[in-house]
Order: sequence, then C-alpha cells, then structure tokens
Amino acid sequence: MSGQMEARQSAMLASMSDVPERWLTTSARDKHGTLGAPVTRMDGALKVGGRARFAAEVPLDGLTYAAVAFSTIAKGRIAALDTTAAESAPGVVLVMDYRNAPRLKLPPVMFSAPKAGAQSSLPVMQDEQIHWNGQPVAVVLAETQEQADHAVSLLRISYEAAPAVISFGAAQQNARTPEKILREPTSVAIGDAEAALAGAAFKIDLNYRTPRHNHNAIELHAATAVWQGDRLTLHDASQMVNMTSWTIAEMFGLKEAQVHVHSPYVGGGFGGKCLWTHQILTAAAARLAGRPVRLTLSREGVFRAVGGRTTTEQRVALGAKADGTLAALIHTGVAAMTTHNNCPEQFTFPARHLYAADTIKVTQQVADMNMIANTFMRGPGESVGTFALECALDELAEALQLDPIELRRRLEPEKDPTSGKAFSARHLVEAYQRGAARFGWEKRSAKPGARREGEWLLGMGVATATYPYYRQPGGAARIRLTADGRAFVQMASHEMGMGTATVQAQHAAARLGLPLDHVVFEYGDTDLPPGTLAGGSSQTASISVAIIAATQALTEELLRLAGNESPLAGLSADEVETSDGGLRAIAEPDRFESYASILGRAKRDDISAMAEAPPPSEVQTYSMHSYGVQFCEVKVNEVTGEVRVSRFLGSFDCGRILNAKTATSQFKGGIIMGLGLALMEDALFDERSGRIMNPSLAEYHVPVHMDVPEIEVMWTGIPDPKAPLGAHGIGEIGITGVGAAVANAVYNATGRRIRELPITLDKLL
Amino acid sequence: MRFIVNGQHVEAVFDLRTSLLDLLRDHLGLSGSKKGCNQGACGACTVLVDGERINACLALAVQYQDRAINTVEGLSEPGALHPLQSAFLEHDGFQCGYCTPGQLCSAIAMAAELSRGVPSAVTVDLAAETIALSHDELRERMSGNLCRCGAYNGIVEAITETFSPQKSAQEAA
Repeated sequence: MSGQMEARQSAMLASMSDVPERWLTTSARDKHGTLGAPVTRMDGALKVGGRARFAAEVPLDGLTYAAVAFSTIAKGRIAALDTTAAESAPGVVLVMDYRNAPRLKLPPVMFSAPKAGAQSSLPVMQDEQIHWNGQPVAVVLAETQEQADHAVSLLRISYEAAPAVISFGAAQQNARTPEKILREPTSVAIGDAEAALAGAAFKIDLNYRTPRHNHNAIELHAATAVWQGDRLTLHDASQMVNMTSWTIAEMFGLKEAQVHVHSPYVGGGFGGKCLWTHQILTAAAARLAGRPVRLTLSREGVFRAVGGRTTTEQRVALGAKADGTLAALIHTGVAAMTTHNNCPEQFTFPARHLYAADTIKVTQQVADMNMIANTFMRGPGESVGTFALECALDELAEALQLDPIELRRRLEPEKDPTSGKAFSARHLVEAYQRGAARFGWEKRSAKPGARREGEWLLGMGVATATYPYYRQPGGAARIRLTADGRAFVQMASHEMGMGTATVQAQHAAARLGLPLDHVVFEYGDTDLPPGTLAGGSSQTASISVAIIAATQALTEELLRLAGNESPLAGLSADEVETSDGGLRAIAEPDRFESYASILGRAKRDDISAMAEAPPPSEVQTYSMHSYGVQFCEVKVNEVTGEVRVSRFLGSFDCGRILNAKTATSQFKGGIIMGLGLALMEDALFDERSGRIMNPSLAEYHVPVHMDVPEIEVMWTGIPDPKAPLGAHGIGEIGITGVGAAVANAVYNATGRRIRELPITLDKLL
Repeated sequence: MRFIVNGQHVEAVFDLRTSLLDLLRDHLGLSGSKKGCNQGACGACTVLVDGERINACLALAVQYQDRAINTVEGLSEPGALHPLQSAFLEHDGFQCGYCTPGQLCSAIAMAAELSRGVPSAVTVDLAAETIALSHDELRERMSGNLCRCGAYNGIVEAITETFSPQKSAQEAA
C-alpha cells in the first residue's frame, strides 16, 4: 500500500462519523451507468444453454466416484465395521473409514477464527465415536457411481448406542444461555419489562413454535477433489471459497495457498453451501486413493449430513397503553443447537430494532441435542423471529381495536430502541403507506371471517420484514485494465443466482466509465484476490467497497504511468475522476486522457491495481437495517382447511436498488421460500431415533408452481447515505415477515390463530 | 448400445444399472441435464424422448436405445437460443440456473401436450381437442419442476410469452 493511500485510509477511518462521498456515487459524468437498470444476468446464456459446469460436472481423467454410509444411531460408537464384501465388489477402489482415513486436525468451527468455516468442530472420520444420526462413517470409492452405490450397501456396521438427547423438550431442561448471539449480546434489558407488562392496560403473552427447515437447493451438494503432490484443487459448490480453503488447509496441515477452491456456479445456496463433512471427506479420500474423487450427496444424504434451520420455541409478550404505544416488549425463547457448532438462530434480533417501547426484554437460549449441526438458512433468526413478533403485533392490534398498520405507525422509533444509535436510513412507514395503497389494504375487513367466495374464506394479513445490513471485514479487489479499454475485475466472491456478477460488472463499468460489455467480473476462485463469504446479505456491500478501493489505487497507478506528457500531468487522484474510458480533471473537464492513450504511450498491454476493503466501521456508528412490508391475501377452504395464497405484495425499503430485474427475483425468491415456511416446510425429526423422517423432495414440501401466485414487489429506492452505493443486500429480507403475513391473513379469513408453523390444513380443521 | 441424442448417433458401453441421466451426464459429457434428487421429485433431469418429457433419473438408459433423446444442449444451435431460452433471459426465469434445463424441456413438451388436448387435473373440458394455456393450466402442468430460488413468476411469464404470445400481449396491455 502506498504511503499516500495509507494516509488517506487512516484519515478516513479516523473521521468515520460519516462515509466517504465516493462510496455513494460512481462517476459524476458517467454516461455508461447502468446501475439500477434491469440488466439481464451476464451468465444467463450459459445457464439456459445447459453449458454452465457445476461442481459435479467438471470432466477429469481417472475420476473415481464416492458413496457415503451414514450412522443409524444418534450417539455411541461403532462396534464393528466389516468392509470385506464392499471391498471385493466390482469396481471398488477402496473403502475409507476412521481406521484408514488420513489423520486430520479438528475442523476450525465458524467464528473461532476469521477464516474458520467449518459448520461443526467434531472430528471428521477420525474415531469410532458417533455424535448424530446421519454422521458419515464410511466412504466407498469405485470406478462408477453405480458400483459405489452398490458397494456401500455391502458394508456391515454395528453400533453400541449410548443415551442421546434427541427430544427438544428434554433438551430444554438443560437449556443454556450462550455468551453472545453472533456478535451481539445475548440479552438486552431496558427497564423492568415484566413489571410493565403486568401493569399494562392491554396485554398479550403468547408462545410460538417453528420447525426445522432444510435449504434444499436443487443442486445436490457435491465436491470433486484432485491432489497434485501437496496441492489440492477442490471443485466445490460453495458460498465461502476462501474460508473453505483456509479451513481445509488447517485440517490437512497445509498452507492456505496449497488448497485451491474453484466454484464458478452454485446451484442455490441459501446458507446451506458452506463447509460440511462431504468436502473434507472428498479431499481425504482422494489423498488416500491417489486419484481424483467426486462425491455427490444423495438428496437423503443432504438431509443427513448438511444441517438446516433449527427448531424454536418463542415467547412474545406485549403490553400496550390506551394510545397504542408499548409499555413492554418481551421476546424470549430457545432454539435447538449442539455443543459443537455456533448457530443460535438469532430470532430475537428483530425485536431489538423494530419498535419503540418503554421497557424491553429480549434474551434467548439454546438447548443442546445430538443432531447434525444446525446452520444459517436464508434470513436466519429474522425469518422465524418475525413470525412470532409480527403475529403477536397483529393480536395486539386486535385487542386495541387498531388497524395493524396504524399500530406499527404508532410504534415507529426515532432511534434504535436498544442500541440508541441513529438509523442510517429507515423509511418503513413510507413502505407501509405505499404498499397498503397498492395492495388495496382498505378492502380488508377488521372482523375475521367476513369475506367469502363459495366455500372459500378470504383474508388479508400484513407483517414487517427486516434484516440487518452487514458488511464483512476483509476482502480485496483487483482491477486489470487492458490497452483496448477493457476491465477485468477480480474478487473471490460467489454467484449462486443472486446476480452478484452482473451487478458488480454494472458497478465497475459505471465506476470506471466503461461500457458494460467491456467489463468482466471474475469470481468463485481462490486464485483471485480474497473475497468474503456470501452470507448475511453482505456480499454486495463487501465487494462494492473493495472495488471502490481498487479503483482509487488504479487511478493512482494510471496517473503515475501517465507522467509529465499527459494532459493530466501534476494532478493527484483526488483531483481526477473516471469518465468516458479515461481520467478527467474534475476542475478542468477539458483535461482528459483515455486509458488506452495512457497505456499506449507507456507501451503497456495492461495495468492493474489491487486494494483491500476498509473495515466495516459504518455499522459501529449507525443502526443499519433493511425494512419491508409483506402483504398477503389468502383463501382458506372451509371444508378442507386448504390454504391458497391468492395475492402477495412485498413493499421494501432497502436503499438503492442496483439491478431492477435481479433484485425483483431476489425479493420474490425470498417471499416464495417464506410461503414454504408459512405453509408446508417441516423437516420432521424423529424423537425416538434422532433421524429426519422425510429426507426427500417428495415428502419435504417446497413451494411448486401451483403454490405461487403472481407476486408483486415494489421499493422505496431511497439510498442509504451510509452504505456503499447507497445499497443494502437484499437476498434475505424477502423471506422475513412472510410467515406472519400469511398467518395473519389466515386469521383474518377464518378467525383461527395458528401459532405453530407450518400452517397445514389439519391445524385449520 | 446405440442412442440418438440431440440428433447425433452415439454409442456407449456402460453398466446396465445406469440411468438415462447418468448416461448423459457421466458417459456422454452432457451435463446440462441436472440431478436434483435422483428420485423423480424435482424435475431438474427432465429430457425429451420422442418429444415427450420424462424424468431421466427414473429411466434406465438401456430402455432408450434408438429413440430420439433431446436435452437442453439440443434445444438450439451453438451460439443461438431457442425462443423459450431467450424468454427465460428476458423474464429472469431463473436465478442459480440449476433447475432451468428441466424447466425448459418440460415447458416445450407441455406446450405439445396442450396442443394435443392432453388434459390435466385442472382441465374443465376433458373432451377438448386442444387446451388453452391458462395461468392455472401452466402452473399445474409445470408443478413437477421445482425451483428453490423461486423464479416461478419469471418462468410463467417466459412460457406464456413463448407459447401464447397473444395472451401475453393482452396481459401487458
């Protein structure tokens, strides 16, 4: 880093009460700006042509195929493991179990180190101990998948079972209070909320339950591993390539640079495509066999060896005064977790930031079970937390005889209710007003069961959506400009369908003053400058800031290269801006030189610069969140209890929208997963065996075409002045609030309050 | 054994247990057809055999010798796109792109089913010679193709525009 840059960065960090202006704008004179426009995704033609190669599709010579055996007990030890028949089956290359697997260090679990990415700290096939029903106990490698699948059925495994905690009720007897919930305090108390509740004029005090969910990305988890000496190449389906590389390197006793992770296409992630045992076992088996290995989990294998969203029991108690303001806001509860992971399902987060109240009490516990480590799934915490909180508000509105939107208007806080920080941007009331007008909220009957079409009862419901703004620390971008005026922007980030590669190409084109078709965003490979994980809806902000920093560094390099013969001679980076494929003096717009001219005079084919993103100080200063409102209309069949969602509108307030087309898809995709959460999704945990009972897409129901109406989305589009590009990540907010909007609509239709998800027809009969 | 895949005659030698999907993906290098469940529940593996849609994961490859098999790779010439593929781009009928080949193949066969008058669970007139592409007919008939990203609205718009352009124009007006 140059001294000049260092000085500028420290000055910037020192005065971090506000963000630099260049974060918000691209080039003032830019004629190529497509930010905000509905640009078609750049990898689209490859995907509709079936030519995008996913992790299990990389052609390799000498490839072997893996099949996995899973434990059938929840706790205990392997008593005997007879591999004889499997080993002698046709085509089998080897059988790997704890006795012959390469010795590996314990997996560094997420949050234990900056690049730790393992979802569980348990040893991976290193001993005979069993910790959950579904733990991989052996891997068979064969010349074909058919041979491996058959041979794995020939393994003879017996177990000595030990008493296991596989009942959520029993686990709650020993519930514990974690030290932190992610990076936030576990408990927040403002005043004596229980006393205020007891004395409140209007009060509700209710319990809500949410089940386990599985991400069920349509692409099965798969990895292909190739060793060349002590260097590993892993073709993975990953939303965290750098963390996967570092973590696997730690386990195998290698340097991070020796583990190359490649993941250009990911067939859906939603939090599920992180580092689980299957990638580690693929690498271990490839090392043992001395041949490349491909391991694709079966759909059942995904349920058994990849965690999902955990189950929760939540209490929301609200005490209101006669004017509808809150005297007390209480949100507590417990989530099932394990002793070997760190994902407490932060369902109390919405209650910390959404509503003003005289007193507030939030706290949450975890109950340890013998199960696959639970993990983050789209809108972790907020998706199920808003179900409880926003249903409770609907019940309170009814008790107060207030319209639910009017109640929320009265609860709008001036500053963050628990942190006391100023909001960076918050236009929730406006999102409510705009959405209500568009949806025709005034047609809703305050009295439940008042609207009917034949045997169908109609109802409308509303709920607030919210998700935090996050920007991950770390990450760097490199920009390479070529003499023909093209830019290659590189960062090891992830494209799982969010539109990241397209949006960042739009961003870089606007920032460099280049046409969009002259810019390529390269990602998904640890050979590129390090990226940050695709999680917490943070990638857009994290990448954007790195590109901004790299553009600044590139500008300095260009000016240095331009030298004294350039019209720009003598100008500093702060005195020029990118424009029309070159640099232009801000104060004297006639002083301009194109990138091609600068490179040509210096007889250079290209120039590149790389810079790290500064730390995410903006979140220290401000309360930064996205907001939205979910409007739902349902039809409930009075005879069968069947619920059909007939209309849905999401009205969002997420800062500036960077691509209207891909953003619409992100919002709708979140809402549709929310319809699944509301009405059908439930990974059924057998409390006798600790095993998921419906590990297939035939029995774990996700929304299909017929379940989904035409969904409408709209947004305020008001930029957040404290966020890069004025934008917030939008991948997760879409799922939040949907469960409550549907449940509130079901109540409005039928007069039945369903406080346990999913709202299946049996609960309405 | 001989197969006709995307108009090309190919020969392959393989384990008789191999599914049509694994034949395409692992033996013929045609990885456009996707494996989302291997149980016939997600539709990502949908291919066309003599113009009809099947789940290739539930089909034994040996049964499909000398039949016209078409996969996503065969929907258009290299460098060109089938009108439905273009419509998927225009309407953002996908996000991650993994279910997309199955959605495309399924929709093409579905349009043929409608024109042949093959009824669905929501068809009112079972005796009709052809069936109009209504919103409900489309969604019912495409419900075997799951999309976890939730691109359903865009998929419906793309299919409607391609196979019922009149209706699409009316709705836009």
